[in-house]
Amino acid sequence: MKVEITVNGERTSHDVEPRTLLAHYLRENLGLKATNIGCDTTSCGACTVLVDGESVKSCTVLAVQTDQQSVTTMEGLDGAAQGELGHPVTKAFREEHGLQCGFCTPGMVMSAISLIEENPDLTEKDVREGLEGNLCRCTGYHNIVRAVLVAAGKDPDAAQRVEAESGERTMAPGFSTGEGDK
Amino acid sequence: MRPRAGLVSRPMSILGTRVVRTEDPVFLTRGATYTDDLTDERLTGALHLTLVRSPLAHATINSIDVEEARNAPGVVAVFTGADCDIAPALLFPAANKAMVRPFLATDRVRYVGEAVAAVLTEEAYQGEDAADLVDVDYEPLDAVVGMKEALKDEILLFPEAGTNTVTGMHLAKEDPGDELFADCEVVVSREIVNQRVAAAPLETRAASAYWGEDGRCTIFCSTQNAQSARDEVAAWMGMDAKDLRLILPDVGGGFGAKIGADPEFALVAWLSKKVGRPVRWNESRSENMTGMVQGRGQVQKITIGGDRDGTVKAYRLDVVADAGAYPRLGVVLPMFTRMMAPGTYDIPKVFSSAQVVATNTTSTAAYRGAGRPEATQAIERAMDLFADEIGMDPAELRKKNVIKPEQFPFTTKGGAEYDSGEYAKAIDLACQAADYEGLRAEQARRRERGDALQLGIGVSSYVEITGGGAFVENATVQVHADGTVTVLTGTSPHGQGHATAWAMLASEELGIPVEKITVKHGDTDLIPTGAGTMGSRSLQTGGVAVHNAAVELVELAKQRAADVLEANVDDLELDKANGSIVVKGAPGAKSVSLADLAGQEELKVFHEWDAKKPTFPFGAHVAVVEVDVESGKATVERIWALDDAGPILNPLIFDGQRHGGIAQGIAQAMLEEVVFDPEGQPLTATFADYGIPSAAELPSFDLVSMETPTTINSMGYKGVGEAGTIGSCPAVHNAVIDAVSHLGVRHIDMPLTPVRVWTAIHEAQKESAK
Repeated sequence: MKVEITVNGERTSHDVEPRTLLAHYLRENLGLKATNIGCDTTSCGACTVLVDGESVKSCTVLAVQTDQQSVTTMEGLDGAAQGELGHPVTKAFREEHGLQCGFCTPGMVMSAISLIEENPDLTEKDVREGLEGNLCRCTGYHNIVRAVLVAAGKDPDAAQRVEAESGERTMAPGFSTGEGDK
Repeated sequence: MRPRAGLVSRPMSILGTRVVRTEDPVFLTRGATYTDDLTDERLTGALHLTLVRSPLAHATINSIDVEEARNAPGVVAVFTGADCDIAPALLFPAANKAMVRPFLATDRVRYVGEAVAAVLTEEAYQGEDAADLVDVDYEPLDAVVGMKEALKDEILLFPEAGTNTVTGMHLAKEDPGDELFADCEVVVSREIVNQRVAAAPLETRAASAYWGEDGRCTIFCSTQNAQSARDEVAAWMGMDAKDLRLILPDVGGGFGAKIGADPEFALVAWLSKKVGRPVRWNESRSENMTGMVQGRGQVQKITIGGDRDGTVKAYRLDVVADAGAYPRLGVVLPMFTRMMAPGTYDIPKVFSSAQVVATNTTSTAAYRGAGRPEATQAIERAMDLFADEIGMDPAELRKKNVIKPEQFPFTTKGGAEYDSGEYAKAIDLACQAADYEGLRAEQARRRERGDALQLGIGVSSYVEITGGGAFVENATVQVHADGTVTVLTGTSPHGQGHATAWAMLASEELGIPVEKITVKHGDTDLIPTGAGTMGSRSLQTGGVAVHNAAVELVELAKQRAADVLEANVDDLELDKANGSIVVKGAPGAKSVSLADLAGQEELKVFHEWDAKKPTFPFGAHVAVVEVDVESGKATVERIWALDDAGPILNPLIFDGQRHGGIAQGIAQAMLEEVVFDPEGQPLTATFADYGIPSAAELPSFDLVSMETPTTINSMGYKGVGEAGTIGSCPAVHNAVIDAVSHLGVRHIDMPLTPVRVWTAIHEAQKESAK
């Protein structure tokens, strides 16, 4: 089947088997290897890309399903073609050390972009829940969460600062009072 | 980022500063290049390898019919064990000699996922189709699952071995029996399980191979140590290692499970030779969850004795470890467990033993900590059990029994020589940061009120061994005429940031900025020797080698500059502000840059550094959990981690390593377990079934600083890669049990899932109602 997909702003067209996954279309047909495949159960999110601006796991979408649509991968972000970190999310990932081995990174970055787009007023909890579909085995998420908050214009140290400035080093913020829902 | 107190005062030094990683711009634009991403022209026209894997854990093979597969679209060749002329290999030298692994199974399979046939196709999708057409006729056998079951030797994996016991290397000398605890007022004993877990790096295993016209084979693969992987593959294939070149593209995580070569690497090389075309292999996640080596997997009997005043007098640890079907590195790890058995404590009498057995499951090997976390978990559970029994605060009990600073260097009853440590101080600092007293008060309030959400506070004190696997590492530092620098290292980063960290070490000595320094690793032709990255060894071995090489290079440059500047070498020094050799105390006098010297004659130093000994990083973690006693659900709320690994080279990377480690320790305590059913069927063979935590299951981490240098190397560096895992797992484990200890619960095996916690509470209540 012939598909026409706009990828990172450029029109692409290939004859593909109907079963070809979007992830494989990007990697094999177009040679865009930033998008990684880390599992076979739609669990890890390493393959996350944007389809018409929304984050999608490209291992769970057929290339033919995105026919006539627009796909963005990490290679398509501002400055990427020149090897420059021109996007606030990629910039923050570097500044906050939000990546180690780099395998989850392209998917994590695309998910984060989508998350920030959807919710301009992110909290740490929002970020943690919003990235639930993206697994990272290296960072423990600590610095990924910080990077996303920074990219969203938030202060990642706000909670610690409140705790430190209150002078009461007792109960951690976010603890329940013991009873009922948190 | 909080300021750091560097122990070694270095004004204007880059060491100890927060330098963002030089590797990141590529990783964040076009992405890293992993083995499956390679577009290397030498792999043009490569065939795709798909392995047919056994669906049964234990069976004999009656026949394999590959005809239909051979005729399927795109299939170039199908091979079975009958075709394979790589001799079955003993994957771990000290294992029972009968326990060899065939590269493709012939007459018997011993775990689900064992490779039975190899299908080579033009396209990857065709391989999956054709593999389904390979018809294997199996005769099922009863499977051995579980370490105690294996010890019975009723069903044997290798009948010719006559036993499932893999090795006698851990057999203890004279067993003191009850004598060990003769003078103890209180003795507590119990069996605990350190469950099997999967390393699950996000990049699965992968390898590609081609043969050159010169008869040499090049393998691109994902491993933590190219040089030893080369030697292993060469040995398996009966080749001279000189005829083999391993090249590592970027590696997407390892955590110990990518140490050395996998048998599939040799298979890929063999198949490539057989068909005369390059071959590529990249396993799926489901393959990885049965095919890649797994970690931990010990049943431990812990016994601790002492007096009611909190003096611990004797400790005993008896381990049965699971090697899986074909013994690999997992066989040796109980050696570390035994060595580190007494942990941070000065216990007068210590005894340990270990047995290692083969079972019809995936082979075991290293996973972040590799033998040491198992020791820490055991002693830290034992300390809490003992504290509970005598009614003493667990932090107090620990401080009372730890080795004192003035006792270092300290030779333990486990046979380790601890280099440096301040264990009580570490516990104090972690407890202070957590407001331990405040937490205990809140816990008491909740207990008194009978809240549904109870608070649990867990403390761990740990010491581990790093750089213990291989003491020698090399580095080459070369300054080029254009002022750039190349560093070659025998370490093998796969997320640890050596490109940045090693550049900092070289920059510090050469006065050349990090941006001009390129670090290369993982090509065995370029760097023929090296031991790779594992066991938290890299900085204290490879990093120190880079430092030493750079220091030597400056000396060499001064000697050459003495001629150029017509000065006495003793009067010369490197002006680090601009990378030039100048005359001391004579500003404005003649100088010559390292780059200019390199233009005159190659300016390059190879340095091999032998650390001779391991180092012993230590720390203390305090974890706080909330447990809903009605549902059994436990949530990790906070963790304060003090990880002391000596002076810090780059706090950004240092803390990143701790974060990742802490997460994996929490994951083992709370979520992860590789499960096989009684037939040996894996029940956790996908990421949908295996409990890797997401961001939503983890808190942010509170890091507490302390830097105690080692005396083993001039820089004072210890290793930090595994520290977080070793400290966090017992702290969290203890915290959850602490939350329900007032209900009579004394122990729950990991992972601490709601059903396990709920069951433990209910069993304790039944017990108390009796």
